Amino acid sequence: MAQVDTLQYTPKDFKSDQEVRWCAGCGDIAILNAVQKAMAQLGHKKEDYAVISGIGCSSRFPYYMNTYGFHGIHGRAGALASGVKIANPKLSVWQITGDGDAMAIGGNHFIHEIRRNVDLNILLFNNQIYGLTKGQYSPTSKLGQNTKTSPYGNIDNPFNPGELVIGSQGKFFARAVDVFIDQAVEIFKIADQFKGTSVIEILQNCVIFNNGVYEHLTSKEFREERLINLEHGKPMVFGANKNKGLKINGFNLEVVTIGENGITLDDILVHDAHNPDPTLHLKLINMQYPQYPVALGVIRAVEAPTYNDLMDQQIATVTAKSRYKKLDDLLFSGNTWEVKE
Amino acid sequence: MLQKIEKYLGLMPKNFTFTANDNVCIIKKKQNKFSKIIMDKKPIIELDEVVIKFSGDSGDGMQLTGTQFSNTSALIGNDVSTFPDYPAEIRAPQGTVGGVSGFQLHFGTKQVFTPGDYADVLVAMNPAALKANMHWVKPGGTIIVDTDSFTPKNIEKAGCTEADPLKSSKFGDFNIIEAPITTLTKESLKDSGLDNKSIVRSKNMFALGVVYWIFTRPLEYTEKFFDYKFSKKPEIAEANKTVLRAGYNYANTIEAMPSYRVNPARIEKGTYRNISGNVATAWGFLAAAEKANMPLFIGSYPITPATEILQELESRRDMGVKAFQAEDEIAGIVSAIGASFTGNMAITTTSGPGLALKAEAIGLAVITELPLVIVNVQRGGPSTGLPTKTEQSDLFQALYGRNGEAPVPVIAASTPSNCYNYAFEASKIALEHMTPVILLTDGFLANGSEPWKIVGANQLPEIKPRFYKGQGNYMPYARDPETFVREWAVPGMPGNEHRIGGLEKMDLTGTVSYVPVNHQVMTDKREEKINRIVNVIPLQKIEGDTDADVLVIGWGGTYGHLISAVTELREEGHKVALAHFNYIRPLPSNTEDILKQYKKRIVCELNLGQFAKYLRMNYPQYNYAQYNKVQGLPFTVVELKETIIKLINE
Repeated sequence: MAQVDTLQYTPKDFKSDQEVRWCAGCGDIAILNAVQKAMAQLGHKKEDYAVISGIGCSSRFPYYMNTYGFHGIHGRAGALASGVKIANPKLSVWQITGDGDAMAIGGNHFIHEIRRNVDLNILLFNNQIYGLTKGQYSPTSKLGQNTKTSPYGNIDNPFNPGELVIGSQGKFFARAVDVFIDQAVEIFKIADQFKGTSVIEILQNCVIFNNGVYEHLTSKEFREERLINLEHGKPMVFGANKNKGLKINGFNLEVVTIGENGITLDDILVHDAHNPDPTLHLKLINMQYPQYPVALGVIRAVEAPTYNDLMDQQIATVTAKSRYKKLDDLLFSGNTWEVKE
Repeated sequence: MLQKIEKYLGLMPKNFTFTANDNVCIIKKKQNKFSKIIMDKKPIIELDEVVIKFSGDSGDGMQLTGTQFSNTSALIGNDVSTFPDYPAEIRAPQGTVGGVSGFQLHFGTKQVFTPGDYADVLVAMNPAALKANMHWVKPGGTIIVDTDSFTPKNIEKAGCTEADPLKSSKFGDFNIIEAPITTLTKESLKDSGLDNKSIVRSKNMFALGVVYWIFTRPLEYTEKFFDYKFSKKPEIAEANKTVLRAGYNYANTIEAMPSYRVNPARIEKGTYRNISGNVATAWGFLAAAEKANMPLFIGSYPITPATEILQELESRRDMGVKAFQAEDEIAGIVSAIGASFTGNMAITTTSGPGLALKAEAIGLAVITELPLVIVNVQRGGPSTGLPTKTEQSDLFQALYGRNGEAPVPVIAASTPSNCYNYAFEASKIALEHMTPVILLTDGFLANGSEPWKIVGANQLPEIKPRFYKGQGNYMPYARDPETFVREWAVPGMPGNEHRIGGLEKMDLTGTVSYVPVNHQVMTDKREEKINRIVNVIPLQKIEGDTDADVLVIGWGGTYGHLISAVTELREEGHKVALAHFNYIRPLPSNTEDILKQYKKRIVCELNLGQFAKYLRMNYPQYNYAQYNKVQGLPFTVVELKETIIKLINE
């Protein structure tokens, strides 16, 4: 990726002239601002960003970015973004998708791009509802949830996106929240620097059709006790007094309080996002309130060869050895014969 | 000797006579050309053309056998046309008619356009192969069978009614060579040290050896092939060569037949190679990428009978091709659209069901006006249909199979080797007119092969992609006033950042627009852009008589059969012409001039009349007779001639 230290961008450089048409108070607006802020700081040239989306509320995102952008078709953002990155690996590719776009209609592309480890950033806006079609349940809607297509309660068991990422052999998974902009900006920057498919699940509020879906976690009164921010190399502590932490108990995680029952800081797990073994990452991803705090931050970041690098390296190796430098070398190779007059 | 030769006359075309004495056999063509051959021990008869069909169980190696005979024949200068015909199952139930795999080839001293309707020689490796193919052998033709395979069990599996089909009275008209091929193969390899399974597997080479002898072919090309293919397993190479020679010597020893010679074809000078339709298609794209000076990206998913294009281009990573085997058909095309947006020359390949899956994405390429070639190697449909059989029934899908007003140029290749030219042409139109283009081939062209006079880079025109030259002030939907083509700015170009997508765009600026009149304007411009491609495509050609009684109309992969029928009818004194279309949308500008020139028109196609309906829609003032066939098989020249004569006499 082209890194240019001398570039001085501000978030404004990344705003297009198009009026933002999300609903007032939509979480998408905050995420847009966070992305523009991150991009201004990352050091890529503006023309080297490509913002690619599928269909849904979140997928209108490219129109509001003053970068190269492509608003694709429903579910196919992963395939579109993969094509862009493979075609020109120098680009910084950002795929914008939602819970329906990525995990319902686009589930196949989502798991395969992660499995291949194409070097791009997937911002997965998870609002647990279909917003653009006005309020049907999505693959992350809760069991029992009443929506326009589940008027008697949702009986469709939901995905946990991070679990799907691990199941797809994902190398990078982070969780952010639309209302925590500074953390989101930092996560986006780490994700962009990470070589491989970076999936960032963003807990995003749909103000119209699923308002307050994360409020029991993110509101000021609860967030300290119900969320845990994970940072690589740091102990897994949370709580207003930073006196709660996570500890291994048998095969399970356990929430403990430092200073109670002989627990000291040394008993608390230290976060290792770089561990190739995803077992603990999966446990962290699956933590649900009220038994556990919900994990935010970069949960998994394990460097591995990327598909686009492997493709370029292979092409470099085989073209160097190839007998076919030009078309004619190929056309006239093997069994040919001359017909004379 | 006279009687003996008479027996083999089935191999000779009808317009030959012969006389013979003890030493000299004169085969005389009725048009006063004759050949004189000295019959030493081995009489050699010269023929103009021969059709051979190799058939056996789908594990018997018939495709390899047929390919070897074709390549050898091409290398010694014959014109060749081939048609592999194999079951959809990789290993269909052994010994059954459903599991028969065949390879038909037609070679001659003159140009051959089709793999032939009926075989002069049939090689049947088991009773099922015999049962499936005997009605495709010419009366008096030769059938070579492996008698070892005619066990009661195999005869029953083949569903033969007679206890011994070889004794059937139906075979009175044929020259049957009963050879214990399996036994002789085992005998020839008894000292090889190979296990029984490997030994029996090489019995196809015995059959090939017999046929090589009959048609005086050299063994060296096939021997070299084995040396190369099994360079790491020399014992296998040696075994195959031994069995090939055993078959050759066996035929020589039993003097089963006279020997035949088919002299090199009198064809245009130049450098030739054998090429199949699918490889020609792949190479046409390589040619286009080189002439456009652009990287080539293919995003595809394997599907019969299109897979070889992807395979060939995956191999051509050694020429820098970015070949991406996607997770499904949709990801194939959508990744290609992503690559096109990024400034690669992008293609995707598929067959009928895959084209259906790609339909929405083709619409995306239409509205974003990005260059893209979609190859549809047609097969029998609907649904999974007949995956390994040929058909032309996706024409309407190619023309209309999308939501909204979504015009796409459609062009069709008509011979295995001209898949190269039309892949090139499709790419040129896509890149120079900023549009997706659908290239139609079919299973018959894709798997068929023929000698191809190589078209090198210097014989191809330049391709000039429409890249925006400026920095800043880029308007994605500003158009060339003549062609209505927009310009192309791609990620990485400073100052030209812009957004495109599936929502309707404002004229010029490309921002999202729901303005009613703008949608009309943009829809009209997209339509007009495709219509104006008519100005760059060649005029439609007519082959045959300008004052013909009947104009035969075809398109795509049926050219070989149609031109053969028309040529033969003209040789027989009929006045017939052929208009064979490669450019379907837009149609060439002189199409109507051609249609009105003739009193009777017949549209022949392997579907229920889609091109005929298309012509009726575009030129309703004319009448069109139809000849349609949907059996998963190509036309036969015989049926076409009968149909055309009937129409002439009406």
